[in-house]
Amino acid sequence: MTVTTMDSNQRALVSAKLAILLFITAEVMFFGGLISSLVVFRSGPDPWLAPGQLRLPLEVTAVNTLVLLVSGVTFHLAYRALKAAQAEKFKKLLTTTAALGILFLAIQGFEWVRLLKFGLTLRASIFGGFFYCLVGTHALHVLGGLIALLWVLRRAWADAYSPEKFLGVEICRIYWFFVAGLWPVIFFLVYL
Amino acid sequence: MSQDQQGHDEHGHEHQQSFISHYIFSTDHKMIGKQFLLLSAIMACFGGFMAYLIRWEVAFPNTPAPFFGLVTPDKFNAIITLHGTIMIFFVGMPFLSAFPSNFLVPLMIGARDMAFPKLNMASFWITFVGAVLLVSSIFVPGGPVAGGWVGYPPLSASSEFTGVKIGAVLWILALACALVSSSLGGMNYLVTAATLRAPGMTFNRIPMTVWFLLASAITFFFSAGPLIAGAFMMLMDNAFGTGFFLPAKGGEPMLWEHLFWFFGHPEVYVLFFPALGFGLDIMATFTRKPVFGYKLILWCTGSAVALSYIVWAHHMFMSGLNPLLATPFSITTILISVPFAIIIFCMFATLRNGAIRLELPFLWIIGFLATFLIGGLTGIFLGSASADIYLHGTYFVVAHFHYTLFPSVFFGGFGAVYYWFPKMYGKKLNEKLGFLHLALTFIFFNGTFWPLFKVGMGGMIRRIADPSFYPQYHQFQGLNAFATVSAICLIATQVIFLWNLVLSLNHGPQAEKNPYQSNTLEWIADSPPPHGNWGPVLPVVTSDPYEYSKPGEAKDWQPQATNLPV
Ligand code: HEM
Ligand SMILES: [Cu+2]
Repeated sequence: MTVTTMDSNQRALVSAKLAILLFITAEVMFFGGLISSLVVFRSGPDPWLAPGQLRLPLEVTAVNTLVLLVSGVTFHLAYRALKAAQAEKFKKLLTTTAALGILFLAIQGFEWVRLLKFGLTLRASIFGGFFYCLVGTHALHVLGGLIALLWVLRRAWADAYSPEKFLGVEICRIYWFFVAGLWPVIFFLVYL
Repeated sequence: MSQDQQGHDEHGHEHQQSFISHYIFSTDHKMIGKQFLLLSAIMACFGGFMAYLIRWEVAFPNTPAPFFGLVTPDKFNAIITLHGTIMIFFVGMPFLSAFPSNFLVPLMIGARDMAFPKLNMASFWITFVGAVLLVSSIFVPGGPVAGGWVGYPPLSASSEFTGVKIGAVLWILALACALVSSSLGGMNYLVTAATLRAPGMTFNRIPMTVWFLLASAITFFFSAGPLIAGAFMMLMDNAFGTGFFLPAKGGEPMLWEHLFWFFGHPEVYVLFFPALGFGLDIMATFTRKPVFGYKLILWCTGSAVALSYIVWAHHMFMSGLNPLLATPFSITTILISVPFAIIIFCMFATLRNGAIRLELPFLWIIGFLATFLIGGLTGIFLGSASADIYLHGTYFVVAHFHYTLFPSVFFGGFGAVYYWFPKMYGKKLNEKLGFLHLALTFIFFNGTFWPLFKVGMGGMIRRIADPSFYPQYHQFQGLNAFATVSAICLIATQVIFLWNLVLSLNHGPQAEKNPYQSNTLEWIADSPPPHGNWGPVLPVVTSDPYEYSKPGEAKDWQPQATNLPV
């Protein structure tokens, strides 16, 4: 592999993609640390969900999981539309993705407020600690992705992207896949 | 220029840069490298002073230390904690990883700068903030954190045991800064090496220094996450009242040990790999021989990186770990010595039949090898669980890790500084002072840490503020005093280096472009290299980095690129 064959556009794309992939591996290790800690506690001798412990809202969150996963799909479709030079379709799908992301966060926030009212706090138990730390960190990641997405969206409506020029969309898409793909794992371990 | 695709359009004419954008918020990889160097030097002064206080108190308990006063037990605990944290995260990391990665990686692969210069600048300033947070914890109410640099809970997770609250939070934040900064840096070096190599710089033409700096970055990158997770949970414990690591609240203190050492063991290699890289390049230059077993070394490095993630529990043999786990972790630990042994033998083989030039950087590397070997070999004792039951927590461990870290960071690091100094500043360091610095450092280093093996084998436990309290340790008073006097001399010796710096920067002879007739690309750039490193044309690499003493050739070296004047 020689470097000479790349022009600067390609080089920027390759560099940025490599950087975001490395960043995601570091994130995977970070969540790996948190999740394996959770698994340590879950598999310990003490009952994970003590009798009288609040049960988490399973149905709503299951639907919410679907919302996030669908947003991943719409993002991918938007990307495909962009590459196929279907500018209008791209913009609409990307907007849908952002809307789904906002919906996910809104539902999460709403549920959090309810749980807090029911007395599930950070300090209530190890379970409470993990619930807020893990779910909260993930929510922060969704928020970060969403901010990036909104920035990309603004540029998309200003027609800054084309089938040849799509760096921002590409990076944002990779990150969004990570955030959306991570959630089912957390959902499975924390809620089920 | 068709070859120049790295986006530096303005090269060739002078940059008008203000003082601030040139020296402070610089995005030039060379300036950022020097900033890291300066930061590590300043932090080394703090760390060194603390080392003096620790040694003073161990050798002469309950007598006031000159320039400080009495080291009371609470101060002692805080000082050992800060010493470890500063030396690993704010001296070792910037000096051995960030400084050379920034300064050397772009130059040695023929790039004009890093792939993400702004990120690079951010990485320095994040470390800087971390250093400030850590130092400022000395002055907050309750004092700095005092649970040891490994931060074992419950001591570190709740203020009720130590009375330290703000200090603990500051310590965690400083750690977080160091980890984030090194991750950003590592990402940058890896992407740079992947995408910005000069034409012709194929993978097997990359010099060893670059390979090992990258190995160091990778090792760090995949191990930092779990510790960041642990630090996050510990921050929650300290600041928001969760109980992840507090048994009283149903938490699990050993979980922290796992998270910490999952990072901690790879981290010791992060601080060791760069020294190997410098060593190999410096040896090739001063033996006028190719590095022995280039590919073999790379395979060994790769397997060492992989193995480094599955040895961590050898720090925890005595922690209540399931004894069944001790055997597999003993095995992996002893296994990981194999690739390192092969690399060290490759270094020896490089020496064989060389036309050795006994110049200063080379001698520092020989000093590195001579001392590091002792550290590596004693690690094997500690790695076998049965021996560690006795040795764990004694001064033997202290001697072991200082015989590994000090050689890497200081012998390897100073070797690199003496070697690349002409490239960095366009001046040569004074040789005589350099020799004196090396000889005294070597003598006093061994004088400081060799006795500690004996003290440790005699059973003296580390981290004891007042050994006079324990009659069984009185017999070690003589050895401890000897070590302390040596340590004070060792610290004082470093003044020679500072003096050399001041003298050489101001009055030193102008360095040539390539004072050692070395092959690698950085010697083609001017000394010091201008902004953008190369003139209008990038070097085009046409040969391996180690083509020395080729039979039948008139000169005994062959620059990696010949399209630019050497
Ligand atoms: C073949 C090589 C090595 C082996 C087998 C080895 C093994 C060990 C073992 C088993 C321990 C735990 C001792 C105990 O706490 O009871 C230990 C501690 C330590 N080692 Fe090594 N080691 C090796 C190389 C290194 C290197 C290269 C470095 C650094 C550059 C290093 C730095 C440390 C540090 C800092 C500690 C102690 C940390 C603490 O407890 O405060 N070791 N080593
Ligand atoms: Cu280790």
